[in-house]
Amino acid sequence: MSVAPTRVVGTPADRLEGRDKVQGEATYAYEYEVEHVAYATPVVSTIAKGRIRSIDSSAALAADGVIAVLTWENAPKLPKAEGELAILQSPQVSYRGQIVGAVVAESYEAARHAELLVRFEYDVEEHDVELRADHPTLYKPGKVNPEFPTDTEEGDVERALEEAAHAIDETYTTPTEHNNAMEPHATIAIWDGPSLTLYDSNQGAHAHRETFAKTFDMPPEQVRVIARHVGGGFGSKGTPRPHAVLAALAARHVERPVKLAVTRQQMFTLTGYRTPTIQRLRLGCDERGMLTAIAHDVVEQTSTVDEFAEQTAVVTRMLYASPNRRTTHRLARLDVPTPSWMRAPGECPGMYALESAMDELAIAAGIDPIELRIRNDPEIDPESGNRFSTRNLVACLREGADRFGWKPGSRRNGRTLAGLGVAASTYPARRRPSQAHARRNGDGTFTMRVGAVDIGTGARTVLAQIAADELAVELDRIHIEIGDSAFGSAPVAGGSAGASSWGTAVVRACRLLRAGDEDEVHVDTSDSADAEEPLAKHGFGAIFVEAHVDVDTAEVRVARALGVFGVGRILNPKTARSQLIGGMTMGIGMALMEETRVDGRLGAFVDQDLAMYHVPVNADVLDVDATWIDEDDPHINPMGAKGIGEIGIVGTAAAVANAVHDATGVRVRDLPITPDKLVGRI
Amino acid sequence: MEPFTYRRASSTEDALATHGSATRGAKFLGGGTNLVDLMRLGVETPSELVDVSRLECSIDAGEDGGLRIGAGVRNSELAADRRVRSRYPALAQALLAGASGQLRNLATTGGNLLQRTRCPYFQDVTKPCNKREPGSGCPAREGEHRNLAIVGHSEHCVATHPSDMAVALAAFDAVVHTSRRAIPLVDFHRLPEDEPWRDTVLEPDELIVAVEVPPLAVAARSTYRKVRERASFAFALVSVAAAYDGNDIRIAFGGLAHKPWRAFAAEEAIRSGASFRDAAEAELEQAKPLRDNAYKVELAARTLVRALEELS
Amino acid sequence: MAELQPIALTVNGEHHSLVVDTRTSLLDLLREHLGLTGSKKGCDHGQCGACTVLLDGRRANACLALAVAHDGADVVTVEGLDHPLQDAFVERDAFQCGYCTPGQLCSAVGMLDEAERWDERLDADYVRDRMSGNICRCGAYPNIVAAIEDVA
Ligand SMILES: Cc1cc2nc3c(=O)[nH]c(=O)nc-3n(C[C@H](O)[C@H](O)[C@H](O)COP(=O)(O)OP(=O)(O)OC[C@H]3O[C@@H](n4cnc5c(N)ncnc54)[C@H](O)[C@@H]3O)c2cc1C
Ligand code: SF4
Ligand code: FES
Ligand code: FES
Repeated sequence: MSVAPTRVVGTPADRLEGRDKVQGEATYAYEYEVEHVAYATPVVSTIAKGRIRSIDSSAALAADGVIAVLTWENAPKLPKAEGELAILQSPQVSYRGQIVGAVVAESYEAARHAELLVRFEYDVEEHDVELRADHPTLYKPGKVNPEFPTDTEEGDVERALEEAAHAIDETYTTPTEHNNAMEPHATIAIWDGPSLTLYDSNQGAHAHRETFAKTFDMPPEQVRVIARHVGGGFGSKGTPRPHAVLAALAARHVERPVKLAVTRQQMFTLTGYRTPTIQRLRLGCDERGMLTAIAHDVVEQTSTVDEFAEQTAVVTRMLYASPNRRTTHRLARLDVPTPSWMRAPGECPGMYALESAMDELAIAAGIDPIELRIRNDPEIDPESGNRFSTRNLVACLREGADRFGWKPGSRRNGRTLAGLGVAASTYPARRRPSQAHARRNGDGTFTMRVGAVDIGTGARTVLAQIAADELAVELDRIHIEIGDSAFGSAPVAGGSAGASSWGTAVVRACRLLRAGDEDEVHVDTSDSADAEEPLAKHGFGAIFVEAHVDVDTAEVRVARALGVFGVGRILNPKTARSQLIGGMTMGIGMALMEETRVDGRLGAFVDQDLAMYHVPVNADVLDVDATWIDEDDPHINPMGAKGIGEIGIVGTAAAVANAVHDATGVRVRDLPITPDKLVGRI
Repeated sequence: MEPFTYRRASSTEDALATHGSATRGAKFLGGGTNLVDLMRLGVETPSELVDVSRLECSIDAGEDGGLRIGAGVRNSELAADRRVRSRYPALAQALLAGASGQLRNLATTGGNLLQRTRCPYFQDVTKPCNKREPGSGCPAREGEHRNLAIVGHSEHCVATHPSDMAVALAAFDAVVHTSRRAIPLVDFHRLPEDEPWRDTVLEPDELIVAVEVPPLAVAARSTYRKVRERASFAFALVSVAAAYDGNDIRIAFGGLAHKPWRAFAAEEAIRSGASFRDAAEAELEQAKPLRDNAYKVELAARTLVRALEELS
Repeated sequence: MAELQPIALTVNGEHHSLVVDTRTSLLDLLREHLGLTGSKKGCDHGQCGACTVLLDGRRANACLALAVAHDGADVVTVEGLDHPLQDAFVERDAFQCGYCTPGQLCSAVGMLDEAERWDERLDADYVRDRMSGNICRCGAYPNIVAAIEDVA
């Protein structure tokens, strides 16, 4: 494959749906007008483990406007439903906040009122929701997400550590984190005879269609999923969530269309979260700073309902060279909701630990942290032995050091201490099979149909830009339709592979259209997606942070942050910068404030709204910027692009933590770095 | 949310007229930013709302040169008032450090004083909580209490009062005028003792009419410092309202107790010549931190010292 | 039994008289009864700002405002805005998913008016603090601030 010259790709085009969004005309899932619609609201469990002994729905049913109450006793059966989606199928309760019922009513107010009137009696069993490094249920999963070996071992780590000139052995922890997209998950379910239509807030119409078809035991052709505008997902809308199944069940039960939006509070247990992690990092190097040992041992959690094994240490297998290497993952099965995908699963928590440890090693060895990373930059992927398609970590570090003014060392300004931190960032570059449809409209315009979903990435815009170049027309000649499972199958907006996968199909469709006389073509890239050279394909980046720490109150602020990335061809610099900055902002949140606390006795999350779970607000984000180096990677897709959705978050938390250490000399190894952990120590 | 009737009161008398006859109780409605929030959570379940937000909406000069702030004055208007900005800067700063611009446009002075704790257990009706459900227990004591009280708590409740405005008012000797009486602000909020469900000394059918801030020369040299987990739009871990002109002194803490914590001991120490740090310690001597919130003792001391240094 | 009450209000210049459940928030009134779904529900508890509208000229969280308590009010939602800030948002890419955007826009318009009315200096720090009631999980903050500065 070669990278074609471009005209429209690479220009900072405004988002195509921008006007709709600023005029309030972009329609999100819950907002479709549907006649005779009923309102449903989930009823969730108030214990973490046990069985429902009895249910009293009478008060709820007697309440004004209530149409039905669904529980496991009367809900339609779903023999094919699996894991967390098998809701209302048994009296078993496996986590607190699990769906155990639904109220369907004529109005939203009536549904929410009756939700509190359904009475459950439980046979309560003892629960355990707290992750500990020595948890008795720790086990070795068969693989980690999506298909990686659980453990790896090469050479003799223990010995290398003993013989190392400099070594560190530290444990880093990250708390439970919640995606908290701004649009709460929502579904409108409409049955028409045997067919089901869902307006749903998700990251992949086809993936959702497949799972729904399976859950309701019906052919996929009878399910249509529409997701034209989605208010963010960050992984939490990548796989169908139980509330969407509930909406469809309720709609079938009351024989009316049903709309359901998860409340912000319910999102904490129903829509996924990032597992807490306990990570032991051991690094050793020789006098020159060459790594001689890397060991990364991870303890994290899954639920009793399903196995979710975050690939936290996988990134450590490829980032730096060392003759002696070891990674392990162990899971505790707890009475919790199943952890799920959150922006850069694996890489994000893993790199926080690895890049904090690298900083500690640099200090131990008396080597500049950028230099330490440059010295250990491998020629080939240390794990697979494959060449990298492109790897520009060193260039990003150098360029960033230059632009940022890399001069670490604590500086005092009045009652503020300032320090700098750096960390590497990386994320796999992937492509998945996708279909696309192109039509010549005869009036000089073209219509592209792709089953893509734009969750805010700018997918709609870049796909149109790609088509404009391939068809050699201006951007305004392209009509693009996305977000509908009625279009050809397409992969989810996830794994930073959206534009790569859909864009490849768009390129093919456009080329086919231009080459022939047909006015309409349909392509499928599944034939070519697998036949790739054995290359290690990843994006790389370097994050630089200047942290300011108040010596009295221990409040930390990120005064400046810069990300420099090597992520292939940038398809649209305007939307790309937004995504990279957005990822970095979430990384600042991870470093400084994001945490869902757990109450072990109650088996519950303590924080369950946006006043308790802090995400960054405008005032937290001062000078945050992203830029990139020139890079074309012809090995992933014909656009020469790598993904950009996730790499922004990956190294940011470590860069912040390293900057806080540089400023204060205090190393906080359990995120987030809140004032309680620093006060009195500076 | 339980069904309720709604009535807009035309006067204080009208507001009090039917108040109390409702089956699940009646509540006065200000901006609704706390009450509606808690009703939607099922924490508050009044069957009657009497809207008092349009009564008493002015800020007037008090007889003795202070300010009389009507209960219906919105937080944003109060913060913007020129007299408040120049004569009681810590009050303006405290208001602006609270909530968000759009919430402050709704929130009223009366409602702000009566906002309820942000203890996470209190806000979740599926969890026990003595304040919400007397006798059900206090899970925060053994559970999550990192942001809860270090002084004045009881075995029944360790919650903190969340208002920023009230901290500044406590420092400035403000007085709450109700439909029945005048109550000094420092006596208005209660400690939990064995009745944690009672936040204040106000009776259910007692209406806040105004808050009076007396003339106070030292208040012109005052500051409000709020320490929080993000740069804006977060409740205080610890806050300090301090007024100091080298002579007169006023100090109150937020985030430490079930009420705005007027630091009489620290004020006394400074008057008798103690260092700022010693004064802070004199006040915080009585702290009884819980397992995870001892950091607040040091944080409060440092924040106070810092505020006083800035005023010196 | 639900309590119903008649109210009348003006939304984006249009007069509406209707009977509502006393429990209905101004936000749900707009979204579920008037078909004005531009205002968003991100939390329903005042914590995100997605529901921000101009209520009698001031920015306010429509989720915590009971519709009955605003009988007679004049409401402007994003659908009724016609402000250069909207173009600036597109130009500066001041959003990604767009879900917080209607609230950001109404909030910013309200804030610009407040700064003028209260005679306050509108620098970047001011904008950041006063716009902190509008959470953007996509992290568009620097672009939001730039867009506001463009029109301020
Ligand atoms: C997300 C969020 C963040 C916040 N952050 C902060 C913060 O950082 N700092 C802070 O200080 N506050 C904060 N607040 C709280 C906010 O300041 C209060 O909700 C507000 O001040 C309450 O005023 P209101 O008029 O809306 O009260 P309402 O909600 O209307 O009423 C509150 C209580 O007061 C009673 N009441 C109201 N008026 C009277 C009266 N005249 N007489 C007798 N009783 C009356 C009501 O019956 C009710 O019990 C926050 C709120 C939210 C939602
Ligand atoms: S601290 Fe008070 S409010 Fe919190 S759980 Fe205990 S009793 Fe309830
Ligand atoms: S929906 Fe109103 S503030 Fe979040
Ligand atoms: S644009 Fe997505 S939340 Fe702001």
